[in-house]
Amino acid sequence: MKKFILVLISAALSVGCASSATDKDYSAQAINLLKSDFKSKGPVTVERILKQDDVQKYCSALEDREGTLDEFAAIRDGQLKTVKYPMKGEYLGDWKEGLKIAGNAKGGQYSDSIGSENGGNCYGCHQLNKEEIAYGTLGPSLYQYGKLRGSSEDIYKYTWAKIYNAQAFVACSNMPRFGHAGILSEQQIKHVMALLLSTDSPVNQ
Amino acid sequence: MKHLKQLLFFMIALQWTVQVFAESAPVEQGDIYKELIEDGNPAEFREMRGKEVWQQKAGPNNVSLKQCDLGKGPGVIEGAYVELPKYFSDAKKVMDLEQRLIYCKTTIQGLTYEQAISTPLSIAGHASDVEALVSYITAASKGMKMAVKLDHPLEKDAYELGRKLFFYRAGSHDFGCVTCHSNDDKRIRLQSLANLLNPNDAQATYTTWPAYRLSQGEVWSMQHRIIDCLRQQRFPEVTYASDSITALTMFMAKNAEGGIYNAPAIKR
Repeated sequence: MKKFILVLISAALSVGCASSATDKDYSAQAINLLKSDFKSKGPVTVERILKQDDVQKYCSALEDREGTLDEFAAIRDGQLKTVKYPMKGEYLGDWKEGLKIAGNAKGGQYSDSIGSENGGNCYGCHQLNKEEIAYGTLGPSLYQYGKLRGSSEDIYKYTWAKIYNAQAFVACSNMPRFGHAGILSEQQIKHVMALLLSTDSPVNQ
Repeated sequence: MKHLKQLLFFMIALQWTVQVFAESAPVEQGDIYKELIEDGNPAEFREMRGKEVWQQKAGPNNVSLKQCDLGKGPGVIEGAYVELPKYFSDAKKVMDLEQRLIYCKTTIQGLTYEQAISTPLSIAGHASDVEALVSYITAASKGMKMAVKLDHPLEKDAYELGRKLFFYRAGSHDFGCVTCHSNDDKRIRLQSLANLLNPNDAQATYTTWPAYRLSQGEVWSMQHRIIDCLRQQRFPEVTYASDSITALTMFMAKNAEGGIYNAPAIKR
């Protein structure tokens, strides 16, 4: 019986592919393409890209519709709840380690080895200090981030949450959710925090 | 021979010059390439090799690809690339250039699919004959307007699927094509990013692939560029000459409509 149903489904699918599809079918067909044309390799699996979470699903759909302010607020609220803050309010690690993380683009590509430490590649999108001119512009400049904002508990908390899950503040942000997605460890985020907020960090000179 | 020597010398000089310029004036680098290319492009080597491959008898049937119909009639390469991807009634399918070449190699030359796709992409020091073939064929569209059509329902489907894939965000970093390629005047590190939803950018980008890449020392096709983009996007490995790539290519080629084709080009 199960086999019979499978045959029916695949027959229906192949008929659907032969003629022009409606918009609704395009989403399903795109998933089928991902299933048939992509192969798991290294640390990257096909299952991972097939299984979009609610945020990824929502943001992908903004292709053909405008999001509403209420929807954006709901995403921000939901994502803010995912943030895990460090124990005992110890936010800052070592800015020198943070600088290495900011320059390290490794991690999450199928060409990377399984189990190797990920970088944050902050320079990919942000200016951080005056010395490094090879920075990207997808995100805002973070030069003098801490100098401009001070060192209040609120700023520490906000900055931590922003790195941990950028969608908590900007729905469908381009920035990866470094903590939530497990790209950076808690200790690594502390190092990046120090890079941004320590008074002796090159970012704040 | 003199020509070859000049080109070789030029390649070495170019590698050095661009290195220096890339370090000193990152934002202006586009113009440097434009000026340098007027002296010659190492991709010409690949075009010459591609011509040989196109004319070479191969496979169990011992025939060349000169009977291959890329959409403009058997053996016609002039203007073929600016109309690809397109629907081919013999294969009942929308194909990009690479898929069409595989079709010709299997049906005309009698090669197996595996034989037809062997060494499809160049790696530094090991040039691919497929990318040479692509260089030769694309060069025959130089100066022509991008004119991809969406007349056949399956062509429309390929475009819409490419669009879906372009906007599909997933994986560890939440990335999609859209993350880097939907805003004007952005860059990653020093690499400027094309806004592929902006017709001017889409034209300037699509019409300059394949390109001799100084960072790789090889010619890369659009196919190769897309495959490596998806890797950097933290997606799993996409299959060479798959329908996903054809769909994405269709989306980009259509968005570049009206642009004047000008490749193989030269890029960082």
